[in-house]
Amino acid sequence: MNWLFCLLLLVAGSAWAGEARPLGDDPAVEARLKQLAGELRCLVCQNQTLADSNAPLAEDLRREVREMIVKDMSDREIVDFLVSRYGDFVLYRPPLKTTTVLLWAGPFVLLVGGGIALAVTLRRRQRMVENAVITDEEHRRVERLLSQGVKES
Amino acid sequence: MSRFLLPLTIFAVMVGFLAVGLTLNPREIPSPLIGKAAPAFSLPQLHDDGKTLSLDDMKGQVWLLNFWASWCSGCRTEHPVLMDFARSGIAPIYGMDYKDQRDEALAWLDQWGNPYQVVAVDAAGRVGIDYGVYGVPETYVIDKQGVIRYKQIGPLDDETVTKKILPLIQELQAK
Repeated sequence: MNWLFCLLLLVAGSAWAGEARPLGDDPAVEARLKQLAGELRCLVCQNQTLADSNAPLAEDLRREVREMIVKDMSDREIVDFLVSRYGDFVLYRPPLKTTTVLLWAGPFVLLVGGGIALAVTLRRRQRMVENAVITDEEHRRVERLLSQGVKES
Repeated sequence: MSRFLLPLTIFAVMVGFLAVGLTLNPREIPSPLIGKAAPAFSLPQLHDDGKTLSLDDMKGQVWLLNFWASWCSGCRTEHPVLMDFARSGIAPIYGMDYKDQRDEALAWLDQWGNPYQVVAVDAAGRVGIDYGVYGVPETYVIDKQGVIRYKQIGPLDDETVTKKILPLIQELQAK
């Protein structure tokens, strides 16, 4: 009986040894994958990164990226691989192009526009205060109110 | 009156932008592969594991490449359209069984009919990644030189076929 057990153990052991080591074992590869996948968008759940998504396609793409990392490809090459297939949409940081100028410059244009509007409004208000005409009667009333404090309203 | 003019203009412009935004479909991502050579593949066939189907087999003809799977409900919706198209004999449809089980795929075709000339098996989804597939069904129109001319994301319908696919195929076949 004992020898059978030994044989089983041996068979099971060899089956275990034959299994390929999962690529996910290397912490350096995983760290790079995590960093890269955080910059890439999942095509299925569009508001999740490749790192966050559990969609089957995201898993496949992580596998693909992991394999490219193991092959020692640069970040640039890996990103280009995905962009050539899925377009700029996979990037969470869209590149600066003629079609994305508004996207990048838009907030600053709005900021400058808001600043100009604020300056114009403030200047106009200041001029209104300067040009205000006060009669003698109003002057006396102001003096009276100021001497009395805030009691009269 | 003039003090309302500026806010009103801004409001109108915003409404305009939002109205256009509502009509866009965020799920349709323009493919960078249009106008580029179709990625090469060589995969086992669904009906005969021993044979392979590769991109070069389709050289010299205008053809449709349809990514589908038995688990995909959109493929079921699209299926009658593909059957009609196959019956018309305008151009061959080659199927790519995407991340599927062989027996389930075969049962699916038995049950609903097989519009495909040949079906290749992309079990791991790698060819799908090369073609930028992110949700089945997706359909590509590929010309005689092996260049991708059109990509349909999601199920094909009669309107898309008559208005976009058929004129494009006729144009490509005439070349």
